[in-house]
Amino acid sequence: MPLAALLLLPFLGSVLTALLPTRARSELAACAGFVSAGAAVWVISLFPRVRDGGVIRETISWVPSLGLDLVLRLDGFAWMFAVLITVIGALVCLYARYYMSPEDPVARLYAFLLAFMGAMLGVVLSGNLVQLVVFWELTSLVSFLLIGYWHHRVDAQRGARMALTVTGAGGLALLGGVLLLGHIVGSYELDVALASGDRVRAHPLYPAALVLILLGALTKSAQFPFHFWLPRAMAAPTPVSAYLHSATMVKAGVFLLARLWPVLSGTELWFWIVSGAGMTTLLLGAYIAMFQHDLKRVLAYSTISHLGLITLLFGLNSSLAAVAGVFHIMNHATFKASLFMAAGVVDHETGTRDIRRLNGLIRSMPRTGALALVASGAMAGVPLLNGFLSKEMFFAETMFFSAHPSVEVMLPVVATIAAIFAVVYSLRFGYDIFFGPPSTDLPRQPEEAPRWMRTPIELLVLSCLIVGVAPTISIGPSLAAAARPVVGGTLPEYSLAIWHGFNPPFVMSLVAIAGGVLGYLWLRKHQEQGRLQDAPFVGRLNARRLFESALLGLTRLSRRVLRLAGTRRLQTQMFTIIAVALLLALLAARGVPLEWGDRDRLPASPAFVLLWVIGAVCAVGAAVMAKFHRLIAITLMGGAGLVTCLTFMWFSAPDLALTQIVVEIITTILLLLGLRWLPMRIEGISRPVTARDRMRRGRDLLLAIGAGSGLAALSYAMLTRPAPHSISPFFLSRALPEGGGANVVNVMLVDFRAFDTLGEITVLGAVALTVYALLRRFRPPPESIEQPHQQRAFPADVVTDLVKPRTAEDAARGYMMVPAVIARLLLPVSVLVAAHFLLRGHNEPGGGFVAGLVVAIAMLMQYMVSGALWLEARARLRPVRWIAVGLLLGAITGLGALAVGYPFLTTHTAHVRLPLVGEVHLPSATFFDLGVFAVVVGATLLTLTALAHQSLRAHRRPTQSPASSTSEGTS
Amino acid sequence: MSALLSGAIAFALGCYAVASVLVVIRLIRGPRAQDRVFALDLLYFHAMLVMLVLGIRHRSDTYFEAALLIALFSFVSSSAMAKFILRGEVIE
Repeated sequence: MPLAALLLLPFLGSVLTALLPTRARSELAACAGFVSAGAAVWVISLFPRVRDGGVIRETISWVPSLGLDLVLRLDGFAWMFAVLITVIGALVCLYARYYMSPEDPVARLYAFLLAFMGAMLGVVLSGNLVQLVVFWELTSLVSFLLIGYWHHRVDAQRGARMALTVTGAGGLALLGGVLLLGHIVGSYELDVALASGDRVRAHPLYPAALVLILLGALTKSAQFPFHFWLPRAMAAPTPVSAYLHSATMVKAGVFLLARLWPVLSGTELWFWIVSGAGMTTLLLGAYIAMFQHDLKRVLAYSTISHLGLITLLFGLNSSLAAVAGVFHIMNHATFKASLFMAAGVVDHETGTRDIRRLNGLIRSMPRTGALALVASGAMAGVPLLNGFLSKEMFFAETMFFSAHPSVEVMLPVVATIAAIFAVVYSLRFGYDIFFGPPSTDLPRQPEEAPRWMRTPIELLVLSCLIVGVAPTISIGPSLAAAARPVVGGTLPEYSLAIWHGFNPPFVMSLVAIAGGVLGYLWLRKHQEQGRLQDAPFVGRLNARRLFESALLGLTRLSRRVLRLAGTRRLQTQMFTIIAVALLLALLAARGVPLEWGDRDRLPASPAFVLLWVIGAVCAVGAAVMAKFHRLIAITLMGGAGLVTCLTFMWFSAPDLALTQIVVEIITTILLLLGLRWLPMRIEGISRPVTARDRMRRGRDLLLAIGAGSGLAALSYAMLTRPAPHSISPFFLSRALPEGGGANVVNVMLVDFRAFDTLGEITVLGAVALTVYALLRRFRPPPESIEQPHQQRAFPADVVTDLVKPRTAEDAARGYMMVPAVIARLLLPVSVLVAAHFLLRGHNEPGGGFVAGLVVAIAMLMQYMVSGALWLEARARLRPVRWIAVGLLLGAITGLGALAVGYPFLTTHTAHVRLPLVGEVHLPSATFFDLGVFAVVVGATLLTLTALAHQSLRAHRRPTQSPASSTSEGTS
Repeated sequence: MSALLSGAIAFALGCYAVASVLVVIRLIRGPRAQDRVFALDLLYFHAMLVMLVLGIRHRSDTYFEAALLIALFSFVSSSAMAKFILRGEVIE
């Protein structure tokens, strides 16, 4: 599976780098670099298989019953992209080693870079359209994290958010488009889609699908009018800009255009949208780029412009133009990545990126200067460099384009103007900062960059040169392989020669260079006199401002809708929910006959009826008292819960009863802990009860009675029917032979549905951590911060065994002694009971959940009798570790089955004969259950002690003076 | 099972039920919080006895384990409530 391994490699590398020490720059760079270089070598070695139109396909069946497969697919075009991603990725890893400062946590950077590489490889290797969208969104997410790498900086936060909003929204549109496309084609397989272009274009849904897909592609590639996020994304570290925002991620949009070119292109609609957006972006980006003063912003706008050029080429509906587009993707990636790196070097060595301040750097950094000059030559389209070749092809396309008479004249003019602009900004980048009198007021004294920091730039610039001088030998085969799948299999005639004779495209190149030099001189003269500091005409047309006001409007709108349709009053919410539920149930009752079933009823025993009366009285009483007296409500709830336990017991569900008992006890403690922080009921603010109040109460009561008795009737009707397609016989018959245990419930939990259980305990752990995190920030209401009145008002001279004596008098003498002794004696007994439940859970009632709760109760009892400080000074409980160990144990047990060739989480039962003990039933599920046990212990303790710790913190806060702290220290 | 035994079981369960009803009256009426906590503790006690009797009726060990759990831990919730009444918070 060469492709799956290739896709997995960067993700594994990402995890590995995330685990390394965060400031070990060299080790991290080496690790990430070798992973990327390995991936690059791997990709390049696959070239012979895709060279002549071959396609490597791999299918990993994922959910075969639903027809969901992971399809990996590599053809020449995907190969070219994979090479760009991995090679430039490796170079960026090397570069970042020297660019990032020793203070930066670079492990995060490398982990994200490698994760991005994996996501991007996922995009280009996807053979399934939905899978492509998933990876597409992943690139947006990782890009968000990378732009926000310096997350303390406001511009990084804003840039990251904007990029995510724009590209994420585009991704959503893309998903819609892909679903439509899949609907038209009848399959989400890329191969099927590629083969049914005619059908797609003739379909009535084609315009909708096209527009949605183009929204995705154009946002990702920063095309007008979505271009504004790219300059803001320059808040990212320069290696990230070089990698994501010039070479790879922004190319994902044009990748998609090219990928679906055989399917979607060839229509008027495609032409107008794609080439329209491309042409506008080409011109606008180049125009704005001329007036930028920040090196990276020049490059950002020039990237936008070049992406516009590529988009325009794909929009022209000509296969020759598509080939030129593919060619320009490669060329732009090489020269733009090297330019970004050079800009980073200048920034790194001088401390500024302002073109106005940088001058004459060629003297202090001659090598970097030379490299930057060559690369900006390639950007400007100077002959003998790679940019010239693809630009020449572009000029030729604009000249010979002849589909729309109105556009025929405009296109070459626009192309030439954009090329003039490109020469101007290239000169500003290359010439302006390296020549002229050396600047003296730089933040740092510039010197040549380290040897290895220049190496990536050298390699990229070298490839610009080689491709520019000898295109046929160097890039010819790869270009042919890459372009063939884009144009649908048969390549058009094209020539990669440097010299095509003195023809119109060459004249356009000459005009562009000459015009560019003149324009540069003119612009410089004006700028030196302080004019034209900002791009004229478009300054007001600020897309960012439009974006922000659109967001603001959306927020306002949603707030207004919320105010209209939502409420914060719990009573109203509950009323609405229950009323709607009742209404729906009544509506549903119209379709189903309302009658009791005909299952045999059990005879009612008087004792049981009495028990239920008790339970019902307790439940109703709890509901009534919940508003007036909370402690009574909790007591009554205890009674109702107990009757529930007894009911389970009565109907022979002992394992449910066991669990219910311990849950009841834990719940009581939890509620009491929470009760401490609820403010007292305020007496005396009640206003006279009006008739309207009585009406409302009557209405609520009616609704409650209706919904409650309806639900009771419903469950009775259910219980009196035999279940038609019950799954219980299946489990009952298979638990012992296949699961190796006689307790069917437990075998289901740890074997048949063990994966569900694993998910559930993961959720449990996550919930506990969330509760902990939320309570850390919890600030109790001011009226609850004070100590409970029972703990106040004692004289000063009383000796007590209370944990926090408030100088106690009345009941304070030694009254915790007896419970403390009992509770401490109870601890080993509880652990024994827990072990008993845990070990025999596989065959008889019990299991990790009950055992965990038992241990948690015993520990909470210690908290109650001894106090949190006393206990935690003596026993380090570390609930978070319990959770972690439990989850690991569960996962490892599951993987153990995988290692010996069974499906994940298969149980193996061993019967071991031990001396003294006798035969021991030891299923591997016990270890899984042990994991459940540990997670339950950890989660319960973490949640409840987090609440308990509130009283420690709340007491500490008001007593800041040293005198009061010493009195606490005596406890 | 002999008629005597099943009759005795039914009688015992009936007694427990009646006793529980009396306890619940105290649980509802109070008047003090202490009375209610004590009533709940007694209710737990009755539940334990009911389980033991049910264990005899169904000839199963599991009922005894549930009774064991109640015996071990029912006082935890009672003492949590007691502590709450006495000290205003469960864990200091």
